[in-house]
Amino acid sequence: MLETIDLRTIDWSRAQFALTAIYHWLFVPLTLGLSFIVAIMESIYVKTGKPEWKQITKFWMTLFGINFAIGVATGIILEFQFGTNWSNYSWFVGDIFGAPLAIEGIMAFFLETTFIAVMFFGWDKVSKGFHLASSWLTAIGANLSALWILVANAWMQFPAGMQFNPDTIRNEMISFWDVLFSPVAINKFLHTVSSGYVLASVFVIGISSWYLLKKRNERMARRSILIAAIFGLITSVFLTLTGDGSAYQVAQKQPMKLAAMEGLYQGQKNAGLVAFGILTPDKKAGDGKDPFLMHIEFPELLSYFSYRNPDAFVPGIEDLIKGGFKPEFDHINPLEKGQAFSVDEKIFRGKMALEALSQYKESKTTGDTAGIRTSLEMLHQNFPYFGYAYLNAAHDSIPNVPLTFYSFHLMVFLGVYFILLFIVVLFLLAFNKLEGKRWLLRLSLWTIPLAYIASQAGWIVAEMGRQPWVIQDLMPTMAAASKINPNSVVITFWLFAAIFTILLIAEVMIMLRQIKIGPKDGGTR
Amino acid sequence: MSIEMLQAYWWIIISILGSILVFLMFVQGGQTLIYSIGKTEIERKMLVNSLGRKWEFTFTTLVTFGGAFFASFPLFYSTSFGGAYWVWMAILFPFIIQAVAYEFRSKPDNLLGHKTYEWFLIINGLLGTVLIGAAVSTFFTGSEFSISKLSITNLADPTISRWEGPAYGLEAVLNWRNVALGLAVFFLARVLGSLYFMNTISDHAILARSKKQLLFNTVPFLLFFLSYVIALMIYPGFSLDPKSVDIFMESNKYFHNLLQMPVVLLIFAAGVVLVLLGIALPLFTFEKNASKGIWYAGPGTILTVFALFLLAGFNNTSYYPSTFDLQSSLTIHNSSSSHYTLTAMSYVSLLVPFVIAYIWYAWKSINKKKIDADEMNAEGHNY
Ligand code: HDD
Ligand code: HEM
Ligand code: HEM
Repeated sequence: MLETIDLRTIDWSRAQFALTAIYHWLFVPLTLGLSFIVAIMESIYVKTGKPEWKQITKFWMTLFGINFAIGVATGIILEFQFGTNWSNYSWFVGDIFGAPLAIEGIMAFFLETTFIAVMFFGWDKVSKGFHLASSWLTAIGANLSALWILVANAWMQFPAGMQFNPDTIRNEMISFWDVLFSPVAINKFLHTVSSGYVLASVFVIGISSWYLLKKRNERMARRSILIAAIFGLITSVFLTLTGDGSAYQVAQKQPMKLAAMEGLYQGQKNAGLVAFGILTPDKKAGDGKDPFLMHIEFPELLSYFSYRNPDAFVPGIEDLIKGGFKPEFDHINPLEKGQAFSVDEKIFRGKMALEALSQYKESKTTGDTAGIRTSLEMLHQNFPYFGYAYLNAAHDSIPNVPLTFYSFHLMVFLGVYFILLFIVVLFLLAFNKLEGKRWLLRLSLWTIPLAYIASQAGWIVAEMGRQPWVIQDLMPTMAAASKINPNSVVITFWLFAAIFTILLIAEVMIMLRQIKIGPKDGGTR
Repeated sequence: MSIEMLQAYWWIIISILGSILVFLMFVQGGQTLIYSIGKTEIERKMLVNSLGRKWEFTFTTLVTFGGAFFASFPLFYSTSFGGAYWVWMAILFPFIIQAVAYEFRSKPDNLLGHKTYEWFLIINGLLGTVLIGAAVSTFFTGSEFSISKLSITNLADPTISRWEGPAYGLEAVLNWRNVALGLAVFFLARVLGSLYFMNTISDHAILARSKKQLLFNTVPFLLFFLSYVIALMIYPGFSLDPKSVDIFMESNKYFHNLLQMPVVLLIFAAGVVLVLLGIALPLFTFEKNASKGIWYAGPGTILTVFALFLLAGFNNTSYYPSTFDLQSSLTIHNSSSSHYTLTAMSYVSLLVPFVIAYIWYAWKSINKKKIDADEMNAEGHNY
């Protein structure tokens, strides 16, 4: 019997990875941001020596600790899943991808776990200065762990600093620095950590607003809002800039993702940026329907943001399928200089690459040196399209457009809204008018879930928008999975879903209770 | 450095991480003892808190062990994790529930109640130790997998490594040797856990009960450990012919490895002696030595496990043998990362002494005083 890729294994592995990543990402952004906010508060305590700042610090630190524990619980699963569920991936690129994961452990996790212990157990045992340093080191450790994992993720979106080795049949690192300092990695890191800072600021403002509504712990609440709103305002502006930087990178390296983010089927010069739109529900590439039921756009902005040039041509999904247009960035793939390939051409070239690899292996065993040379040549020329060989048809290269489009626009919309919120809150606080605006306090409280939604939406854009690729152009998701019985994955999926959901409920209940208890002495002495 | 030297260097690093991990599993061992040693609420609180300050290190060491294995021997990572799926999943689940158990246990409104979280700790202590022990044992007993790198050119079926049994790793428990090592690790962890309690908690009842547990657990530990080691010396092992790079079965392979690598023999012997010393000290000498046992048994554990890893990987041995297809077996040479990556990672490894130094410093500063009942009743961050 002919064996085939078991699509159920793939689908359930994807579902399991998405589930665990989404859960992990529920906790991580708060850790990233709250650790800094707590460190800032403690710095004020050490500087002023006022005990009420110590109570404030300790209160937010308690929430930090609860959140941290469950973040760790979900993280370990993600790491091992690369092996358990994506074993083919792990061999194909493990030579590059493993390094950041190992460095993360050595450099970041130990830093974080060591100094978090001092943070919680060291209050009366170590000097004030050492304690403060520990709080900062915890924050730095958390953000370093984000750095390394995001370098790894960025590498999947834009494989840099590597070369395929036909003898070991895997990709091998040739430049560590190209991997680390790839522009995609830098933007991704900055954008992602700053999204964590914004989320944590919204969190602190929202909970403090609840205290103001209840007329409890008001001094602490006002102080917390002040810190969080300033921190949030600065970082949210930065978030927008790095988001723009990310989109610029996407335009160059993942044009299909960009087209999906914008619902752009037919490319244009002077392309407009969709501010708001409703997609035609059953739109398919090439069916000639209008992609939008309705939409509002800013003229020329998409061309400008994508290529820093309002006259640039932004290819749409159909252009990318058909090829033939002149790419704005011909340094990305020199073969397509002047004229982009169609996906069918890429599939053909991918198959050539696989064919060349088999020939190379054969020539190696028979010792046919001429064969080795020609097959290597052929492999080298077609390797950039290696992954296309596994696609059945050109349409397989299109991601889920509505999901990518709506997630992207939701994220951007919320990003603008957060900036406005920080400004208004800060303004009213400065003129001592915040407590009177009960609607605003309520709004701030209800903004907390919105921050989580924006953050998750960002990952949906990044991860769903790049499908079918697990490694852009080199390996599609369906070639990455382990060969395991799909039922095993179904079972583990449900086990993870159940256990994480129970733990999430427990965490939220514990948090709510700690918030009700509030800081010691109301944070007033 | 040559690729062979880098591979050896990284096998040593993996071995060190693995052996530190086994030592740090005193946390897991201690977790299984909270009801046998802690009879009152406050006693259990002391036990949980003393472990609670260390659990993250065990956890992070496990994570780093995984990451380092991935970076240095990626073919092992993909073959073992992607094949022995159920064993690794069964190892991971208990670590999820452990990670929240400490922080959530004593908090109000924690949904499941503090007893459930204590049971999470016990489950983690039991499954974590037994299964990790059994998984390491497959380094010597072999597993059923096959590897064919050229599969990647097969569009319909591109997976490089595959498991050739229906149980996805669970079959490992059918081999008595794997079970024996699993149980040896379990009882060793309990021995170390008892020694750790004696070292960090100042409380008479706990001291007395820890001593009892030390004795109770030493007996089965020695039984399982010795039978494992004897079997290891007697059974044939997986040998690599360095010229043809073929794998073949060699009788008494691991015994030969010991003789051919006298340094390893020395490390092994020193390790065993130290473990025994660490156990004997609190049992048979003065009360004041009770807290010192861990300082012998801990390093002893590290040395012993380190020697076992070296036996598995060095001297032309396959450290991850396949019983399904001998030639698919992994050695440190055919499963490692490239020269470039191993070199880059070697630079990173220079950070490790620095990491150990700050861990040491931070612990010293927060552990100046033993845990006692007063501290548990005082305000502060307690589990
Ligand atoms: C280090 C790499 C990495 C990182 C940091 C993330 N992911 Fe991811 N993600 C992958 C690496 C990856 C992957 C292994 O490459 C997957 C599995 C299959 C695939 O195509 O990509 C994936 C798939 C994947 C999917 C499923 C898409 C599909 O249908 O295939 C979702 C929804 C997410 N991820 C979401 C996230 C979220 C919310 C993250 C935030 C923590 C996240 N990912 C971080
Ligand atoms: C597939 C991707 C990921 C993997 C494999 C992964 C792995 C892990 C692991 C193993 C831990 C536990 C570490 C410990 O022992 O303390 C952890 C925690 C953590 N991870 Fe991730 N992680 C992933 C995604 C991310 C992302 C995208 C970020 C940030 C941008 C991140 C940031 C953190 C942080 C800050 C922690 C500390 C614990 C917490 O509060 O959440 N991780 N991660
Ligand atoms: C005005 C604002 C924003 C712009 C222009 C923007 C832009 C982008 C773009 C283009 C991506 C995709 C990057 C990729 O696929 O590699 C992205 C991803 C992401 N966004 Fe945003 N974003 C904005 C606001 C926000 C907000 C408010 C949050 C959360 C609070 C957020 C969180 C994320 C996250 C977590 C990711 C995934 C990480 C990444 O790929 O960089 N973003 N963003």
